[in-house]
Amino acid sequence: MLFVIVPAYNEAKNIGRVISGLFSQGLQNIIVVDDGSTDETAQIAEAAGTKVLRHEVNRGQGASLQTGNDYALAHDADTVIHFDADGQFNPADIAKALVVMKEKNVDVLLGSRFLDNRSQMPWTKKYLILPTARLINHFLTGLKLTDAHNGFRILSRRALEAINISQDRMAHNSEIISQIRQKNLSYLEYPVEVTYNEYGQGVGGGLKIIWEVLQGRLIK
Amino acid sequence: MMVIQTLLIVFFLFALVKVIGRWRAGDLTKMGLIWWSLFWVAAAVVVLLPNSTAYFAKLVGIGRGADLVVYLSLAAIFFIIFRLMIRIESLNKDITKLTRKVALQDDKDSV
Repeated sequence: MLFVIVPAYNEAKNIGRVISGLFSQGLQNIIVVDDGSTDETAQIAEAAGTKVLRHEVNRGQGASLQTGNDYALAHDADTVIHFDADGQFNPADIAKALVVMKEKNVDVLLGSRFLDNRSQMPWTKKYLILPTARLINHFLTGLKLTDAHNGFRILSRRALEAINISQDRMAHNSEIISQIRQKNLSYLEYPVEVTYNEYGQGVGGGLKIIWEVLQGRLIK
Repeated sequence: MMVIQTLLIVFFLFALVKVIGRWRAGDLTKMGLIWWSLFWVAAAVVVLLPNSTAYFAKLVGIGRGADLVVYLSLAAIFFIIFRLMIRIESLNKDITKLTRKVALQDDKDSV
């Protein structure tokens, strides 16, 4: 069974659109993990007809993804898609990505904004922040990727069983990449479109992630 | 008496009162009460009789008693911060575990 996991924290503005986008692609098992939102995120998601798992308190995106992964594992998932709730991804990318993933027979598919020209990002992001983040990620995880911290990914059952996200907040992305390497999972990068409504994580956010990764290395 | 001595003594007394209050409220064990009371009383003695630490300072090869107190305090504080960090991190992990369990349990209950 295929599951789409959408971690959401106070995304009442976008969640409805994201869900209808996913439904319009024929996707069925959509799991919204409401991460202790204080707005109507959960209600909107439920009304739209998705399964909602609710974190009573905010635990961060990494924690939400792992909750979704656990749910999927318990419900015989063979494939899981991670999809952001802020409406920046294009749901039309999923079907093609699934085909490519099956063709190449890999455990993990990672979305990348840098493999085609569809993603229009602010130039500071494109030429300064992301290249730096890529370099740091390479250094921290040992995997050389064309993008850093892209929330679009597809995991096979094997990857789902192997990967355990312990980084509750934003460093989960680097953690997943580290585990792909440690657990010898096969992976490929696939071009996805990201539309920017907001700037997203700037330099401050990036520094915070590095801090979380390092802390995660030091404290078990 | 120097101004700093007065200030510190007043602060230590305040801390002592808080310690006793915590013990009365049941947040502190008897051992905790004794330990922290001794700690603040000892701190008061050191402040009132700065030379009392000189003996120990000489023993370990530091010139002034006050320096010894500062060095030891800093070492202790950093160690406590280290322990707190680990404790907070493990609390965080526990909270996440619980939150996840509740989320998945709620789902089972609703089926």
